[in-house]
Amino acid sequence: MTLRLYMAQRITALVMAPLVLMHIAVMIYAIQGGLSSAEILGRTQGSILWFAFYGTFVVAVSIHAAIGLRTVLSEWAGLRGTALNAVAWAILALLLILGMQAVYGVTAT
Amino acid sequence: MPKEQQMSVSVWRGGATGAFQSFDVKMEDNQTVLDVVAWIQQYADPTLSYRYACRVGMCGSCAMMVNGVPRWTCRTHVNKVLKDGHMEIGPLRNLPVIKDLATDMDPFFDKWIAAEGLHHPTQTRDDPIETIDPANAARVEINAGIECINCSVCYAACDTVAGNPDYLGPAALQRAWSVYNDSKDANKQAILDAVSGVGGCHNCHSQGSCAVHCPNDLNPMNAIAGLKRETARNFFKRRT
Repeated sequence: MTLRLYMAQRITALVMAPLVLMHIAVMIYAIQGGLSSAEILGRTQGSILWFAFYGTFVVAVSIHAAIGLRTVLSEWAGLRGTALNAVAWAILALLLILGMQAVYGVTAT
Repeated sequence: MPKEQQMSVSVWRGGATGAFQSFDVKMEDNQTVLDVVAWIQQYADPTLSYRYACRVGMCGSCAMMVNGVPRWTCRTHVNKVLKDGHMEIGPLRNLPVIKDLATDMDPFFDKWIAAEGLHHPTQTRDDPIETIDPANAARVEINAGIECINCSVCYAACDTVAGNPDYLGPAALQRAWSVYNDSKDANKQAILDAVSGVGGCHNCHSQGSCAVHCPNDLNPMNAIAGLKRETARNFFKRRT
C-alpha cells in the first residue's frame, strides 16, 4: 500500500459516504407505496441525474474495493509485484463492467 | 524440608526449523523469565543460545516470545506468565532465527534506516547549540517516541509485519515520526517520502498490537497515525 493507493481509497470512501446515505434514503422513500420494477424504471430511465449518481457510485466502489482486495490478496495470499497489480486491475475492470452495465440497464431508454 | 517446587519450561531449539525442548526448572520466590533462561543455560544445557545485556529493562536485547506473546524477559516475572506450572519460551516472531532464542535483528534495524529514522542536521558542530522549548507541541509529541528501547517487541507483535515482510513496522515508523517532529531536522520531506512507499505507514491497519505489547507503554500506532496525517496533507500540497 503506497500513499497514492491510500489516498485513492480514502477519497473514494469520502465520495461513497453521502451516496450511500442518499441511496438508502431513496430506497426507504421508494418502497412506501409498494415496490415495482415499473416504478423504479420510471424514475431512472432517461435520467441523467440518476446515471451520474450511480455512475459515480460504481466508479468509487470499483476503485475502493479493488485497492482493498489488493491488500487482502497481498497479506493473506502472499501475492506480490506484477501478479498483485494485474489481479487488482482485473478486479477494478470487472467491477466497473458489471456496475456500469447495471447503471446503463436502468437508465437507458 | 519441603519438596522444592519445579516448573516445566519448553524452550525453542534450532533455527527456522527446530522443536521445543522441555526443561524442569526450580521455582524461586522472585524469578524473571530471563532468570529461567539463564538457569537452563548455566545448569541444564550450556549450548542454549539467547541474548541479553542490562537485565533492568534498558537495553532492549532480551525480548522473546513467552507463551506466544512478545515480552521483555528481564522484566517479566515468572508468576505472571506461568500457566499450570508450565511456560513456553521462543524466539521473537517476524525475525529470522539464528539459533534457539537468538534472532537476527538486522531486518528490524535496516528498516529504521529505510524509514529515514535518522538525523538530518540543520547546523554544523561549529554553530551554537539551538535552544528547544520543552513545552513546544512538536517537542511534546516526541517525548513518547524517544523512550523506545529498540527491543522489537512491537515488531514481533505486529500482524501487518507478519503478512507483509516489506512493512517498515511500528518501531521504525515511530522513530521516523520523532525525527519528523524534531525542529533540528533539515529533511522532513525525505522522511515523508520514505514512509510513503510500498512498505510505508499506510499499510498499518491500526490493530494496535504494538501499543498493547510495548513494554514501555508507548503507542507507535499513534505515531503512525501522525505520519498518515502528514503524508496526506503533503499529498495535496505537492500537487498545487
